[in-house]
Amino acid sequence: MIDVISMILIGLGIFFFASGVIGLLRFPDFYTRLHAAGKSDSLGSVLVVAGFALYNLQPFTLENCLVSIKILFIALFIFIASPTACHAITQTAMALGIEPWRKGDKRR
Amino acid sequence: MKDFMLVGAIAILLLMFAALYRMIGGPTIFDRIVSSNMIGTKTTALLLFIGVLFDNLSMFVDIAIAYTLLNFITTLAAAKYFLRRRPVLSVDAIATDQKKEEKK
Repeated sequence: MIDVISMILIGLGIFFFASGVIGLLRFPDFYTRLHAAGKSDSLGSVLVVAGFALYNLQPFTLENCLVSIKILFIALFIFIASPTACHAITQTAMALGIEPWRKGDKRR
Repeated sequence: MKDFMLVGAIAILLLMFAALYRMIGGPTIFDRIVSSNMIGTKTTALLLFIGVLFDNLSMFVDIAIAYTLLNFITTLAAAKYFLRRRPVLSVDAIATDQKKEEKK
């Protein structure tokens, strides 16, 4: 049962990773690429990490609980750090004066 | 379950190669930074997959934590560095500069 739930979580995470990579490859502009990469990447990685925390809990011992808590700390840190990193990159790009893509512009 | 983990690890590896394409061919320096951040996030997940495949998750979790911290600091450092020093190879920044000069 726990196996199935963790497999579903990991599969959903890989799906979000894949959609983020497709967005990174196909969107026309740096800001739109960042929009695809930042959100789907943080959600996908949190899902994968939560799936592993659930999978590791299988023989329910104290040691496994400790490792699962560590894995959940990774999830918490990614949830804070990934949007912060995206914000920092966007702020740098805006400060350097890169203009956002508008409809009708060419791909760059 | 091991088979599923192996398939997932290979899928994440292929996605990392796809992101590497944007890292090599990205027109601006920020595309490269975003792409490297993405590859680092995927590496965290890949380390957990490797830990399950080697039956040694408790060791690989520590490596994954260290890698997450390093990835975050690397991205912030790159963003901060290019804020102080304008990137030479940034095509868009050069193009917008030319536009501003034309307006003057």
